[in-house]
Amino acid sequence: MDEILNINNLTKAYDDINVLDHVNLTVKKGEVVVIVGPSGCGKSTLLRCINSFEPIREGKVILDGETINPCKGKLNEVRERIGMVFQNYELFPHKTVLQNMILAPVKVKKIKKKEAEKEALALLDRVGLSGKKNSYPRQLSGGQKQRVAIVRALMMNPEILLLDEITAALDPEMVREVLDVVINLAKEGRTMVIVTHEMAFARAVADRMVFIDGGRIVEEGTPDDFFENPKTERLRKFLDSFSYQ
Amino acid sequence: MDPEVLIDYFPRYAEAFLLTVRLGFTGIFIAFVLGIVSAFFMHFKVPVLSQFFGGYIEVFRNTPLLVQLFFIYFGLPKIGIATSAEVCGAIGLGLLGGSYMAEGFRSGLDAVSVSQTESALALGMTGGQIFFNVIFPEAFTLSVPAIVANVIFLLKETSIFSAISLMDLMFTAKDLIGLYYNTTEALFLLVVFYIVMLIPVSVAGNLIERKVRYKMFGA
Ligand SMILES: Nc1ncnc2c1ncn2[C@@H]1O[C@H](COP(=O)(O)OP(=O)(O)OP(=O)(O)O)[C@@H](O)[C@H]1O
Ligand SMILES: [Mg+2]
Repeated sequence: MDEILNINNLTKAYDDINVLDHVNLTVKKGEVVVIVGPSGCGKSTLLRCINSFEPIREGKVILDGETINPCKGKLNEVRERIGMVFQNYELFPHKTVLQNMILAPVKVKKIKKKEAEKEALALLDRVGLSGKKNSYPRQLSGGQKQRVAIVRALMMNPEILLLDEITAALDPEMVREVLDVVINLAKEGRTMVIVTHEMAFARAVADRMVFIDGGRIVEEGTPDDFFENPKTERLRKFLDSFSYQ
Repeated sequence: MDPEVLIDYFPRYAEAFLLTVRLGFTGIFIAFVLGIVSAFFMHFKVPVLSQFFGGYIEVFRNTPLLVQLFFIYFGLPKIGIATSAEVCGAIGLGLLGGSYMAEGFRSGLDAVSVSQTESALALGMTGGQIFFNVIFPEAFTLSVPAIVANVIFLLKETSIFSAISLMDLMFTAKDLIGLYYNTTEALFLLVVFYIVMLIPVSVAGNLIERKVRYKMFGA
């Protein structure tokens, strides 16, 4: 498998405090990497560094051979190639589901509106939301909004998809419908970097697990090794915090 | 009330009405443009320009329109700029209105969360595309109630135009009362014409407000 993303020696500081400390991570085409770790350990920051929402202090992020943070070229052209879905959906509230989905393809990729709509409808159909194409975000449940946010990102045909705790704001009964969509994307061979607190989901979807603590990658491995035989005490403690025995 | 007097006065009021409406809407148009431009610079904290427009907003929000009109009407000729009372009226209203509109638009812009911009950036959109397709429409929706209120406020402020001898509705009423002492008829027509001017604006404002806000907030 080809390497698509390479995070090389990345250090990120806020107010002179390193929140990411010499992080190295590579993601291969079609691979699903799931990042877990305690609150405040730097997971979101890492994702935000990947598409240059955050300037970095040291190191670099390389997408398909091209250094994208620090970015010398046009940031918007780089971000076009990276999909990102946020915890709070961030749909555009004044646009319908369909309008949300076609905005960037039409404006950025200059795709014809009709074509974009056709593609959007096909995607909506796949996530069971074709009936909602003319609804405004306020008319959707959290789970529906998040599914729209995912297919909106897919409309740009990103080379890699970043998902940051996309079920954290959802009521428990809606988590499943969103995670099922992600599992299907993984089966299709989408390259993804996922941050989540849903351990069962992580185990099911991941090709590789990464544990971050205090801004460093403390441990990584296959899901089975990671969950069955954690090598570090810190990961063991972290995993224990999710069980109730 | 004497119907004959009403009929007699009617043409003069109609003329004054048209003048008031023309200057009122010209002023409001200027206010709109000025308001959006100032709000843009203030919201994005553009150096120098944000301070400049910030100063402008403070000055014009905190002085009466009457004083502003006097400054423009009597001040401009002193520095060698000759204009008509009509132009002064429209500009004065536009400057006052711009400072109010700026605050309205700005509160809308400030209320759009940064994460909306980020999610648009993440889709590969440029700053301009994001401003025109995401931030501005959302901000505008949030600002509509304030803007509608401002439009009505500014139309009512036109009653001060008579101070720089513009023959608006107020001027006409005062003039006719002074000439013929038919106070009741003159005031009656004054009220009627203001209502005729403002009720449609108020109704239209409500409709626009409902239509624009429906998308984001429902009925
Ligand atoms: N804008 C900021 N300014 C200063 N410090 C920040 C900023 N954003 C994040 N931090 C700090 O950076 C560290 C990492 O934050 P980050 O949001 O990446 O954590 P996280 O792993 O995503 O946590 P969570 O699981 O709660 O989402 C935290 O200590 C946080 O306080
Ligand atoms: Mg986070």
